[in-house]
Amino acid sequence: MSTHESPTHDNVGRASSRDAWNPSQRERERIALRNQIARKRVLVAGLSSLAVLGGLLTVIVSSPGWKVVNKTFFDWNYGATVLHVVAKGILTNIGLTIVASIAIGVVAMCLALARTSRSAAMTPFRILATGYVDIFRGVPLLLVILLVGFGVPALRIKTIPNSVLLLGTVAVVLTYSAYVAEVIRSGILSVHPSQRAAARSLGLSQSQTLRHVVLPQAIKRVIPPLLNDLVALLKDTGLVSILGVIDAVRAGQIEASRTFNYTPYVIAAILFLIITIPLTRYTDRVLLRSISRQNAEGTA
Amino acid sequence: MNVLEIKNVRKTFGAEVVLSELSLAVPEHTATVLIGASGSGKSTLLRCINLLETIDDGSIFIDGQEISDPAINVDEVRRKLGMVFQSFNLFPHMSVIDNIMLSPVRVHGIAREQARAEALELLSRFGLSDKANQFPDRLSGGQQQRVAIIRSIAVRPRVLMLDEVTSALDPVLVNEVLSIVRDLKADGMTMVLATHEMGFATQVADEVCFLESGRIVERGTAEQVIHNPQRESTQEFLRRVHEAGRL
Repeated sequence: MSTHESPTHDNVGRASSRDAWNPSQRERERIALRNQIARKRVLVAGLSSLAVLGGLLTVIVSSPGWKVVNKTFFDWNYGATVLHVVAKGILTNIGLTIVASIAIGVVAMCLALARTSRSAAMTPFRILATGYVDIFRGVPLLLVILLVGFGVPALRIKTIPNSVLLLGTVAVVLTYSAYVAEVIRSGILSVHPSQRAAARSLGLSQSQTLRHVVLPQAIKRVIPPLLNDLVALLKDTGLVSILGVIDAVRAGQIEASRTFNYTPYVIAAILFLIITIPLTRYTDRVLLRSISRQNAEGTA
Repeated sequence: MNVLEIKNVRKTFGAEVVLSELSLAVPEHTATVLIGASGSGKSTLLRCINLLETIDDGSIFIDGQEISDPAINVDEVRRKLGMVFQSFNLFPHMSVIDNIMLSPVRVHGIAREQARAEALELLSRFGLSDKANQFPDRLSGGQQQRVAIIRSIAVRPRVLMLDEVTSALDPVLVNEVLSIVRDLKADGMTMVLATHEMGFATQVADEVCFLESGRIVERGTAEQVIHNPQRESTQEFLRRVHEAGRL
């Protein structure tokens, strides 16, 4: 019966060319209704976005100080002239992020292994690592930067170079190692005990089990949160500017204080966003992929 | 010669006595089947033999050597034992062949090429050649459990322990796993198995032990224990298994 109905609907033509199937009258009604609902949803979403975002823009632009703000923060002609200075500054942030993240990886891994080890010989390291994490996770990064940046040079130890860039990096590494160690530790603890039992019953030692069975699974699981921390690290490298390191923030500040125009800050912010937005998008993708993979494991 | 000997083992978890005055001897090339309700102590006994749990009294011997000695090297003991778990516990980040080669290469110091050749031979013997480079999540439950069994026998253990290896499987997949175990039994592998598959137990068991509250309350051949149980609790248990359609 249904095959004799007039193939006017798009879906009918497409489907019949593939497997000679014609949707029933009821199905075509449903498709039409679904399309109608979808169109309505698009309309509502568009109208509500226009109302909210337009309203927000109106409030900002019609504010009494907008003219001044527009001139002192969004002077693009001036912005173009300082771009190369600020861009040079952000290279410092990028370099610091790369060097620091390598050091953080090493220190954090040691801390996480010390905290999760159960051997008697590791007891002092376990205590030290726990204390370290408690302290550096609990103190604001800015304070650590100030304490290291001004405290260490005051010791006047000749072998320690007084480079503010180096001291700033050390401070960032100290704090972020504590964060990252906790992320890695949570990954290690998330590997099911049955995996350890299987490895040990195959005769693998404690450390072989860790190296070949636990760590590879743990690291895979913590990659999304670690990428998150990488984005946060890049932003937080801006804090070392307080020691006088000429990074993007500091470069912007120098320019701004010269001209009393704050556009360089906005330029710095845009430069940070150019790096962080793709990075966060990538992190989201990695996260979604790892979630779908874990779900697949669950059904296997 | 008894490969495995258990004398008066006791195990408690807090106030709960899980194993009590439990003795067992497993001669070479024989299969001992442990049956009993969930919580009767079958899995705990296997985990104690493997030193995954520490016993609270008694002794366990492998080839006459006491392994319940606190000073013993547990890794060395486990090299002589194979263990297969109910939940397979394959390593999800390794391919099938890497799962099988891990212990031969890392623990037993066998050259990679030789370990690979032996692993491939085992895979082909049990009809899994085409799965060598797959990851565990691509395999069916039955295939995963067969790989887990191959992984545990790749190092030629003195005793193979199988802890309800078919309990997590679809009924259709149970037989492909059990047929491997039958093959191993025919090869002369010494085995201790915990299972609810009574038909299978009848086929492979040299001795069947019925556990109740951590004690072996009835033991004998499959003919005696499964088909002609003397104790009321054994009869009751088997009647329930029968009702569940597993006899």
